Amino acid sequence: MSTRQPDIVITTPPVARTSRWFVLQYRMAPYLFVSPFLILFLTFGAYPILKSLLLSFYATNGPKSAVFVGLQNFTFLLSDPDFHTAVWNTAVFAFWSVFLQLPLSLGLALLLNSVWVKGREILRLAFFSPNLLGQVFVGVLFSVLFIPQYGLVNRFLHAIAGIPLDTKWLANPNLVMPALVLTSLWMYVGFNMIYFLAALQAVDKDLYEAAIVDGANAWHQFWAVTLPGIKPVAVFVLVMSTIGSFQLFELPWIMLNNSSGPDQAGLTIVMYLYQTGFVTGDLGYASAVGWTLALGVLLISLLQMRVTGAWKGGTD
Amino acid sequence: MRLLYRILRLLVNLFLLAFAVLTLTPMVWLVAATLKSPDDLFHYTFFAPRLSTYNFRDLFSTVPFHRYMINSVFVATTMVVIQLFFSSLAGFALAKYDFRGKKPIMILMLSTMMLPGQVMMAPLYELLYRLHLVDSYAGLIVPGAVSVFGIFLFRQSILQVPDELLHAARIDGCSEFRIYWDIVMPVSRPMIGAFCLISFMGTWNSFLWPQIILHNTDRFTLPIALNQLVGLYQQQYGTLMAGTFLSVLPVIVLFMLLQKEFIAGLTAGAVKG
Repeated sequence: MSTRQPDIVITTPPVARTSRWFVLQYRMAPYLFVSPFLILFLTFGAYPILKSLLLSFYATNGPKSAVFVGLQNFTFLLSDPDFHTAVWNTAVFAFWSVFLQLPLSLGLALLLNSVWVKGREILRLAFFSPNLLGQVFVGVLFSVLFIPQYGLVNRFLHAIAGIPLDTKWLANPNLVMPALVLTSLWMYVGFNMIYFLAALQAVDKDLYEAAIVDGANAWHQFWAVTLPGIKPVAVFVLVMSTIGSFQLFELPWIMLNNSSGPDQAGLTIVMYLYQTGFVTGDLGYASAVGWTLALGVLLISLLQMRVTGAWKGGTD
Repeated sequence: MRLLYRILRLLVNLFLLAFAVLTLTPMVWLVAATLKSPDDLFHYTFFAPRLSTYNFRDLFSTVPFHRYMINSVFVATTMVVIQLFFSSLAGFALAKYDFRGKKPIMILMLSTMMLPGQVMMAPLYELLYRLHLVDSYAGLIVPGAVSVFGIFLFRQSILQVPDELLHAARIDGCSEFRIYWDIVMPVSRPMIGAFCLISFMGTWNSFLWPQIILHNTDRFTLPIALNQLVGLYQQQYGTLMAGTFLSVLPVIVLFMLLQKEFIAGLTAGAVKG
């Protein structure tokens, strides 16, 4: 039986008891166990996904009226300056999230990996804890921390670098994005660090010994053993961070007091989707935005996996 | 040479300590802010010499905050239990059985994880509207009742359960469901702990979907309620911080209890081995 293809059902359970009920429940079990997922997925997953593809060709006003408009939603999307702003803001945020956050996370993980065990667990806890708060509550907290004059951020920066106390962060269109990037750094560096730390600890110690025998110094060891060793996790973290960044909504929405901020400086793609679909009420247009986002994210993820896979050599 | 090593190690430790303190500072500020009276709030950077419970009293007297807390607890707990049951069941099936359709199902699950959820928000809302589930907890809970991430987690962990255990149970005449309930689940306690925390965190902190679905203020969960408070009580930062503090406390407490399992579970899917 073990040489058969995996999707042929084993017809008899390997037992002495062969009553009809027993055999029946054995055969039906996997289907039954998977059925809640399947039913819920088909109803609330597959159906909406397909429906949204359809909806994107309609203009709706509330969930009851729908007018077919063909590709109009998409042409409007591509020409709407607000959408361009949203894409630009989201892309900038994603860029900084990846190129600032990931090196920091990796660096922190490397440092933490060299520390003695007891301290490591406590420090790990400390670095990870911001992630527990969730974007909404972090948004509320930081909207107060960024207050000019009295907020902790300005007080701190003023004490350290003499930056003027009345620097406006969330009211200044140029400082909105830095504020968002800073806040998300606080939230996610520890989170990604956990992954890197686990990956670092999983690297085979024998490889390091072999490298040392071959005369590799610490730097060489890093490039030849560590980096390739953590590559799968690094790619995972990269792709997940990017996808997450492109879905940014709650943090800016809360911090900018349910708006897109001064000069739309905090407008993200999902915020744009939310405003057009659920504030204005055009669910059809929102579906078009959603699909554009999905396609964009998919393309970028594939690109990332291609680049990192091909670049570091494909024989892993 | 050894001295250099020692100094480097000291520097690393100091740096990490400093960085940890920096990371924790906003949260310390939060706790301090909840215990300061409005006059003291920005007068002292962290704690004031006189502690005040004004913010908490103000919070509970101006809005039915306890109502929101109860709502969040109800929604999160229900969601965790349901997700736990359905995800572990499916994960068990995918780990320990071979059946027709297994591969397509797994590919299906993987592809849903790559798609951003916002793609289906609009039609999902329309569907729930037609099912009369808008502005209800059912509309909140049912669509999210199965967590694909959870299925993967449980599959990963249940794969480790030795097959002999299951065979032995079957020989003794144990039904498949009882195998799941009495054998596999008790053995998977660490993963259950991890998943409970992950699921609780996700539901507790979720904002967008509850915001879309819930309209009646009595049903609001904490994220939505707090968001409203920001607009409502612009200058009353102390009260706002008190609300924030109470909102983040449960997750932090739960995390303290389930730390090890959580981190193990989080990295189970990503790191091989």
